[in-house]
Amino acid sequence: MKYETQKIAFWYFAVAMLLFALQMVFGVLSAYVYVAPNFLSETIPFNILRMVHTNALIVWLLLAFFGAAYFLVPEETEREIESPLLAYIQLAILVVGALGAVIGYFFGIHEGREFLEQPLWVKLGIVVAALIFLYNVSMTALKGRKTAVTTVLLLGLWGIAIFFLFALYNPVNLSVDKLYWWYVVHVWVEGVWELVMAAILAFLMLKLTGVDREVVDKWLYVIVALALASGLLGTGHHYYWIGAPGYWQWLGSVFSTLEILPFFAIVLFTFSMVWKGGRDHPNKAALLWSLGTAVMSFFGAGVWGFMHTLAPINYYSHGTQVTAAHGHLAFFGAYVSLNLAIITYAMPFLKRRAPYNQVLNMISFWLLNAGMAFMTFTLTFAGVVQTHLQRVQGQGYMDVQGELGVFYWMRLGAGVVVAIGALLFIYATFVPRRLELITPAGSLRQAAE
Amino acid sequence: MWETFTKAQARNIFYGGSLFFLLIFLALTAHSHWYMVSRSTDAAGLTDSVARGKRVWEKHACIDCHTILGEGAYFAPELGNVWIRYGGPEDPETARELLKAWMQSQPSGIEGRRQMPQFNLSDQELDDLVDFLAWVSRTNTQGWPPNKAG
Repeated sequence: MKYETQKIAFWYFAVAMLLFALQMVFGVLSAYVYVAPNFLSETIPFNILRMVHTNALIVWLLLAFFGAAYFLVPEETEREIESPLLAYIQLAILVVGALGAVIGYFFGIHEGREFLEQPLWVKLGIVVAALIFLYNVSMTALKGRKTAVTTVLLLGLWGIAIFFLFALYNPVNLSVDKLYWWYVVHVWVEGVWELVMAAILAFLMLKLTGVDREVVDKWLYVIVALALASGLLGTGHHYYWIGAPGYWQWLGSVFSTLEILPFFAIVLFTFSMVWKGGRDHPNKAALLWSLGTAVMSFFGAGVWGFMHTLAPINYYSHGTQVTAAHGHLAFFGAYVSLNLAIITYAMPFLKRRAPYNQVLNMISFWLLNAGMAFMTFTLTFAGVVQTHLQRVQGQGYMDVQGELGVFYWMRLGAGVVVAIGALLFIYATFVPRRLELITPAGSLRQAAE
Repeated sequence: MWETFTKAQARNIFYGGSLFFLLIFLALTAHSHWYMVSRSTDAAGLTDSVARGKRVWEKHACIDCHTILGEGAYFAPELGNVWIRYGGPEDPETARELLKAWMQSQPSGIEGRRQMPQFNLSDQELDDLVDFLAWVSRTNTQGWPPNKAG
């Protein structure tokens, strides 16, 4: 850790991991309700379980983005964060908002648009926290060294804040509501979040592989150019059946198919950087997570997204378990893995230690990835069967769900493995331990940045 | 080619391209907004009761179990066309009574079947919610869903 204020990141990562654990608990509970529907039905109904599961995910991903920014901006700009106090105030606002939202959910205090269930005071708190963050980090960046990594990262984070403002607009016309709801949901995860992702991955590649900055920067701009060129009009794949004009079926199909390109470019980028780079960095686990992000986001967001994005296919698969399969692997592959990569990389510096518990961390990597892959397969099969029985043959929804029990049992099993992997990851990164389970061949003793 | 393609060119393509596609996206959004309020939805039928019904829908987070026009959770049936499934266009009175009775009789308590909570809606709220669901079913959704099952 070269700059004192990078320490701020530790607290963001710590809170993020607590919410990650909460997300896992509620994910497993929801998966259990799928196979034992009477469980908790009178105390915490499914809609509340799901709300906590998805909201905890979104907030911890954002907290980890903020933490990553506080970690890498000082190194990139070569100066301390403008105001550490503001950074901690921002964290306090977000913690109060997250706790308030979750506790409120159990008492039925929530709004009613998917993923935007936070009460108005929490939404306004998020806006205030985002403004504090943008001021703090933008001032640091303006006064310091300008790099492509900070520029793209900040553009992404500004985009997150600007597009979140649409969460405050809720027209009574459901179609118009949906039109702008996607301005938050799609433009975040298939737009500006990709800028944040690409910037953090570029930073990791700079550090882990030692490849020249000019090369990394060029890749970074190519990736984000592909992301926005495809992703903005790609929003059209959500506009097929909500009352929007028919031309979206063409535009959405074409541009959302192109959305696979930035993810493929990320695969090429990360693997060629590792191939080119001469550095033998001691933090192998961070490298594994970085490459894992590239591969799993390509499959989760890219391949599984393309699978049901063409309008004539989506006509049958829209809103089935196929969507659930894609949603799970895309969030995991792109954003969960990315944040676990930067946390794995940053924690040894934040704790002023050599990389530690790497073998445990790598075991958690395989548990999480194997569990998520299996979960995705089971949901995909469930979705294909559902699409055929319900959308092609016209059987009733509940009758069809009755046929899918075996898939939901397997999904529950996969979910338990994922939860164990998550807890193991948190243990491996936050609890110090001196001895590695397997002694590496010398590379751990080398110094590297 | 990759060698002669410079970082500055990549950066310019990123800024220029993003701005270009953002402007197209905003223009098409404006057109879609106009299309929705004037063509594809029943603007004249968007009464106070439909608006109140949407608030009931949101207050109880129905979307975190159900889907509406295919969006939401996938735990409970699609409701964008529930009015049609209940025969609303042919016999609105009966469809309304059936839907209200359904919501009032929840949870079923049947072992092994997904449970819908009892939301204790007033008669007014039930009517508003049904009005909202009936209004949504009149949206021109380009022919989706493929059949009544939703």
